[in-house]
Amino acid sequence: MEEILEIYKTTSIEDVTVWYKAARVDDFPKNGGACIKYKEKQIAVFNFERKNTWYACQNVCPHKMEMVLSRGMIGDQNNIPKVACPMHKKTFSLVDGKNLNGDLAPIATYPVKIEGDSVYIGFSE
Amino acid sequence: MKKVVVIGNGMVGYKFCEKFVASKKFSEYELTVFGEESRRAYDRVHLSEYYTGKTAEDLSMSSATWYEENNIDLHTSEMITEINRYEKKVANHRGTTYSYDYLVLATGSSAFVPPIPGVEKEGVFVYRTIEDLEAIEAYAKTLKYKGKIQAAVLGGGLLGLEAANAVKELGLEAHIVEFAPRLMPRQLDQGGSDMLQAKIENLGLHIHLNKQTNFIQGDKTIEGLQYIDDTELKVDMLVISAGIRPRDEVARESGLEVGLRGGIIVDNTMKTSDDHIYAIGEVALYNNMIYGLVAPGYDMSEVAVSQITGETDHTMTAHIDMSTQLKLIGTEVASFGDALYDGDDADAIVYKNKRSRVYKRINVSKDGSRLLGGILVGDSSDYNALFQIYNTAMKLPENPEDLILGNRGSDTGSLLGNVMDLPDDAQICSCESVSKSAICGVIQDGSCDTLGGVITCTKAATGCGGCKPMVKDLVDATLKSLGKEVKDTICEHFEFNRQELFDIIKLKKYRKYDDVIDHHGQGDGCEVCKPVIASIMASIYADTANKEEAIQDSNDRFLANIQRNGTYSVVPRIPAGEITPDKLIVLGEVGKKYDLYTKITGGQRVDFFGARLDQLPKIWKDLIDHGFESGHAYGKSLRTVKSCVGSTWCRYGMDESVSFAIELEERYKGLRSPHKLKGGVSGCIRECAEARCKDFGVIAVEGGWNLYLCGNGGANPKHAELLAEQIDNETVIKYLDRFLMFYIRTAAPLQRTAKWLDTLEGGIEYLKEVVMNDKLGLTEELEAEISKLINNFQCEWTQAIEDEEIMKRFNHFVNSEETDDNLVFVPLRDQKMPEHWK
Repeated sequence: MEEILEIYKTTSIEDVTVWYKAARVDDFPKNGGACIKYKEKQIAVFNFERKNTWYACQNVCPHKMEMVLSRGMIGDQNNIPKVACPMHKKTFSLVDGKNLNGDLAPIATYPVKIEGDSVYIGFSE
Repeated sequence: MKKVVVIGNGMVGYKFCEKFVASKKFSEYELTVFGEESRRAYDRVHLSEYYTGKTAEDLSMSSATWYEENNIDLHTSEMITEINRYEKKVANHRGTTYSYDYLVLATGSSAFVPPIPGVEKEGVFVYRTIEDLEAIEAYAKTLKYKGKIQAAVLGGGLLGLEAANAVKELGLEAHIVEFAPRLMPRQLDQGGSDMLQAKIENLGLHIHLNKQTNFIQGDKTIEGLQYIDDTELKVDMLVISAGIRPRDEVARESGLEVGLRGGIIVDNTMKTSDDHIYAIGEVALYNNMIYGLVAPGYDMSEVAVSQITGETDHTMTAHIDMSTQLKLIGTEVASFGDALYDGDDADAIVYKNKRSRVYKRINVSKDGSRLLGGILVGDSSDYNALFQIYNTAMKLPENPEDLILGNRGSDTGSLLGNVMDLPDDAQICSCESVSKSAICGVIQDGSCDTLGGVITCTKAATGCGGCKPMVKDLVDATLKSLGKEVKDTICEHFEFNRQELFDIIKLKKYRKYDDVIDHHGQGDGCEVCKPVIASIMASIYADTANKEEAIQDSNDRFLANIQRNGTYSVVPRIPAGEITPDKLIVLGEVGKKYDLYTKITGGQRVDFFGARLDQLPKIWKDLIDHGFESGHAYGKSLRTVKSCVGSTWCRYGMDESVSFAIELEERYKGLRSPHKLKGGVSGCIRECAEARCKDFGVIAVEGGWNLYLCGNGGANPKHAELLAEQIDNETVIKYLDRFLMFYIRTAAPLQRTAKWLDTLEGGIEYLKEVVMNDKLGLTEELEAEISKLINNFQCEWTQAIEDEEIMKRFNHFVNSEETDDNLVFVPLRDQKMPEHWK
């Protein structure tokens, strides 16, 4: 099962070599998320409209390896933006991917930028 | 870097690693761990839960990557067979060697198999590892196939009872066979054992005391137990759970000192007879005793870590507390201190209630000043308080019997008076050794200000969880002492409970989540407060879940129940379970068209599983075109009103239960509430609709209906309580309208009606006053509110498929037409199921 995880590696903004134009801003729910596909990857993208901030992470939850995080509810815990997996409500920081209510492996996160009405996700390959 | 090698990856071996990782000096060491089982350390204490749905992964003590993340080199399925103390090396079964500076033996114990002739026969098992459980399960399956279901468990101690529970969970007739004249002989006296026996027998298990087995009957396969008193017990399977034996073989061969009856001898630093070797857990013989509980094992790990890292003044206490509190076969059992003390300098005070099956005993010093120990069976809610009084040698009240009988006549609340009166070093959580001062300290120094925070910070209540109520009391009391208000707020974003939020939203007529959080909350919200507010707005304005998608609970957002592999299930409404053959054919065709796994639910309807997100609208369009509507199986809302066939067909029926159930289901369908709601209508007192297991149940009797409220099935089954007798249809509806709206307005989030009734002071009598006698002067308002909800009902699936914007959310990707390629189904009895979780 771990091989599913292997293709997801946290990418910091300095590592970005490709800004992939994923979709339009309107394609994502306000204060919620949706999933995009990039090559073999499923990436969950979240629009924190209240803060005018976007986050992206792997769509697969490291708990049971299902492609579901984009369908989770978002919010914050002590001002850390987070997503709650819809399966068992495992929560993850969208800043560093850390599991906030357990000791699951961290999720991979990716940078997001908005230009015009397009949403771009940064990848290193 | 010094090398530390741990042999054994059980609960205590794992705890050693955890404590080591937490130590400041961890980076100076290289840690290698060997476990002979194929799995990482798992929770052996709750092993029987493996049969009630927990997976091996759920029982695991850590995540798959924990060892790697902490640079621990874990070797599973690798058995260490030799210790070379002179070269400071260990060797595995293949001869590979590893050197060490310090060696820690946490090899644990194996099941003790008494030398009874015939233990080698087929059908005889021990109960120790997940492999044992798998073998027992497989054998039980073949037995049941042959119609054989009698199974014995040898041993009526703690582990034996746990094993008997497992056997019962497998659907076998469990017989507990004990050599001693009572159950749990080390923890309970005769009175306690008798009460436990009565409770267990009431659950259908059989108990045979004073039985010594002479040999095991049968040729190759077990057929029964022959006792020495010439009686016998015919059984098809035997699970031996008669005690443990320390796994000291490798230590013994290497010349370490061991006890006469096994166990590696250690001193109070956990050191063995070799200065570089430590032993912890059930293999360690400390004070000439083997301690078969996890709490002392955890303490030993901590001592060993301190000793190895140079904190040599941290040693094991001379007296080890063997107090336990647990739930065995659904029965609360606790024993603490000198539970069986029988000396001249003490008096036992015993309370025995055969009606409610509760037994309590405390041993009090002759002068009445000290609590020496005690036993609780059937109700251990006072355990924490009693244990603290015993453990901290607190002065007893004038009449020590008040400790188990309560202070009759006056209401002084907790036994302890105020939890804050406990001494600072009182150990609150014995699994994790957390003291009162540690708990209060993290609040006082400002690190935490919630129960959740304190639990994360201190690890208190993360073991068995028995101390959680006391931890909560301490947190509340400490916060209060600091002048902070203690409220059961719904989460960190709102300083209100659900009822207060309900009133605020109603008063200010808020229609959007952002308005509520901007005016009355803080931050961006979370997965707790968002669905609560969505539900409150739905309960006030009859909004469907389509209104604000991002604050809906995940199931409500997609109007379907997410299942194990991230696909969904679909349940159309079939009011009261009545359906025409034509409509049933439609369901069959839909199931076939989309290749869905199909099952009849407990609520008398049909559930389709395995629908991909993108298939949901198509499936629902087909269903709606044929006259179906949403069944709200995904919502915290009315699910079904179950019915029996009633007087229309049944020769015993007193009234038309189906007609009335349809009327009630149509009336309350889609009603959003703090938790799910279920109803039932039975046509006579035979109660075939199981109405009393529902949030509301109606049963036809001579002269009308009896109305029962606040029952549920589930994890804590509870029968609904009688509200009114022999009332007509209109009165049932009137009372139900008022009751449901009152519950919706006042319950806590995710609190079902039974729990809610528990929290209403005055219980059902109070509810009668409110609903029938208008004690609060609210009934008119409640009726007006609920009728608004009923009149504004809309099928949210019909709404969804007519709206293109809503339809967009059912695509798996926003930038591709593709579907989730991660889904794998496997065949199952002519249908399909998701691939097993790995």
